Amino acid sequence: MDFLQLILTLDSTVRLSVVLIFACLAGLFSEKSGIVDIGLEGKILISAFVAAAVAFETGSAWVGVLAGCAASLIFSAIHGVASIIYRGDQIISGVALNFLASGLTIVIGHAIYSKGGQTPTLTGNARFTEVTLPFADAVRNVPILGPIYSELISGHTPLVYLAFATVPAVWWLLYRTRFGLRLRAVGENPSSVDTAGISVIGMRFKALIFTGILCGIAGAYLSTAQAAFFGREMSAGRGYIALAALIFSNWRPVHAMGACLLFGLLEAISNLYPKIDIFGMVTIPVQFTQALPYILTVVILAGFIGKASPPRSVGVPYVKEN
Amino acid sequence: MEKMPHWVDVIVIPLINILLAFIVAGLVVFAIGENPFDMVYYMVKGALGSTNGIGYTLYYTTNYIFTGLAFAVAMHAKLFNIGGEGQAGLGGIGAALVLLAVPWPHWTLALPFAVLGAGLFGAAWAAVPAYLQAKRGSHIVITTIMFNFIAGALAIYLLNGALKKPGQQAAETRHFGEGAHLPTFHEMLSPFGIEFSKSAPANFSFVLALIAAVFVWVLIWRTRLGYELRAFGNSASATAYAGISSVRVTIIAMLISGGLAGLLAINVVMGEAERLILNFVEGAGFMGIAVALMGRNHPFGIILAAFLFGMLNQGGFELMWEMPGISREMVFVIQALIIIFTGALVHMTRDPIERMFIRMSKRSA
Repeated sequence: MDFLQLILTLDSTVRLSVVLIFACLAGLFSEKSGIVDIGLEGKILISAFVAAAVAFETGSAWVGVLAGCAASLIFSAIHGVASIIYRGDQIISGVALNFLASGLTIVIGHAIYSKGGQTPTLTGNARFTEVTLPFADAVRNVPILGPIYSELISGHTPLVYLAFATVPAVWWLLYRTRFGLRLRAVGENPSSVDTAGISVIGMRFKALIFTGILCGIAGAYLSTAQAAFFGREMSAGRGYIALAALIFSNWRPVHAMGACLLFGLLEAISNLYPKIDIFGMVTIPVQFTQALPYILTVVILAGFIGKASPPRSVGVPYVKEN
Repeated sequence: MEKMPHWVDVIVIPLINILLAFIVAGLVVFAIGENPFDMVYYMVKGALGSTNGIGYTLYYTTNYIFTGLAFAVAMHAKLFNIGGEGQAGLGGIGAALVLLAVPWPHWTLALPFAVLGAGLFGAAWAAVPAYLQAKRGSHIVITTIMFNFIAGALAIYLLNGALKKPGQQAAETRHFGEGAHLPTFHEMLSPFGIEFSKSAPANFSFVLALIAAVFVWVLIWRTRLGYELRAFGNSASATAYAGISSVRVTIIAMLISGGLAGLLAINVVMGEAERLILNFVEGAGFMGIAVALMGRNHPFGIILAAFLFGMLNQGGFELMWEMPGISREMVFVIQALIIIFTGALVHMTRDPIERMFIRMSKRSA
């Protein structure tokens, strides 16, 4: 593999990991507050559809993103009402919302566009275009650093830069603000937060708002930046990979970015190099590369490498003492 | 503490929840400019209006009974087996290996071995998450989800390589042969003079599913193991003091659960396709969660719920022809809403009704 090929692989890695980063941070907020969210997948899907449809109708990709976030927030709200207020099973609610998204996107898409659930292709301002950073063309011919700057760092859609800016912002919010401290406490020991006079229900709903918005951006990126249309089942399990990345990162934002980049790299490799020969001896099938994120997550969960330590009260509905 | 009558809990509340789900689904249909009452009419007609429709409905029902029972057995031990999809997929590989290995002379001979193959492979796929939960404390929900995806990749790999029929494009095995053909409802009923559609895929597996339901009932409520399972599900710490091994209960419950999910392959792979194809589970593994929820983890309830979901699925296919404005995926919407109302939001309807009954019984007392 030569240098330029490496740069192109990494470039593809960056593009593919953006959905994972947004979705993984979304899951981080939810799980840190004590709510399991199997429904990341469904929120990505519904947002991808709504964003593409609204971007097509309004001709603005940014309006599409906002609409996608709104759709994802509604799903988050249903999950919140079911799991926080009515103390329903969080896994069941998540599974149901995933089903609801795969059904609704196609039913509504089919009713509006009659293209089997697909939306029309987005053109012009309805899709995100690549931003060329200053001097990208000027330094292109500088060895090593030139291609890194002009191919890898420059030339992405705005949402890509937003994703990498969101990571430190989330870290700061969770670990350097009062809100973050309370949020983490509510997922570890909700009754202590309650004793301090802070509403557990309120904190968990606030966390789910962040989850909804971040999943919304993830979905909108999929249909208005990575592709320029919505297609059926477009999220293709990325919500679950994001969940895997969350475990892989041991529920830490910066590590989460690393995990998402790793899983993005695996996806890029499986796209670009379906068959990998190792010294002509063994051929690694593409399915193995595709399954690797899941296999790695199971290995981590098994505790053979590192130790997974989720928020202590995750998945447990909070019942206030009388 | 007073309680509401049992019949309210098991009959009235599920019916109210289904009604709520249908009302919301009806609003969705109304919103896309179609008539919800027409939709229900065509779905019921498509599912039950002909022996062909009934044959398809019972075929899907069979799938849902297997996956519903699978989920319920694990749930009695408070284990959330969300991996029915992958376990059923592995069951398909197991069944296919058995059926391809030998030129079977007759289905009565092939079936027990195919059941063994499908069950063992499904159980094996559940064994790893079970072991990791019992011994290493890794959460079974996440590991079984991961195993669904790993199973999918494995199936694609095998069907594009070792198991693929030579000299063809499609990723599928060769036909299992006439000797492995399970009798269809048409063949089973015609000796009795009953005319049943020839093209409907319902087959002997339906009987197998009913036997499995009886087996689960006996297991859960009439055996020592079933008692241990339920006790473990109610209070893991109490069973530990009673000397019941949590590792043993967890692994056995998951093995039975995975095995039952694997049996879905008998219906689809052996009974219908008669070869192993890609993605044959088609979400039935996930649907088992909804079926078990509605059936309240009781085999009889699961059979009823599986029939309802089978009707929905078949009715949805029929919908494509009668009302082209409504996509078939409307079925997912209805199923999702049923899961939300009967599962996630169950306290929303249950608690007010319970309070109402307690108030009424106090007044009459």
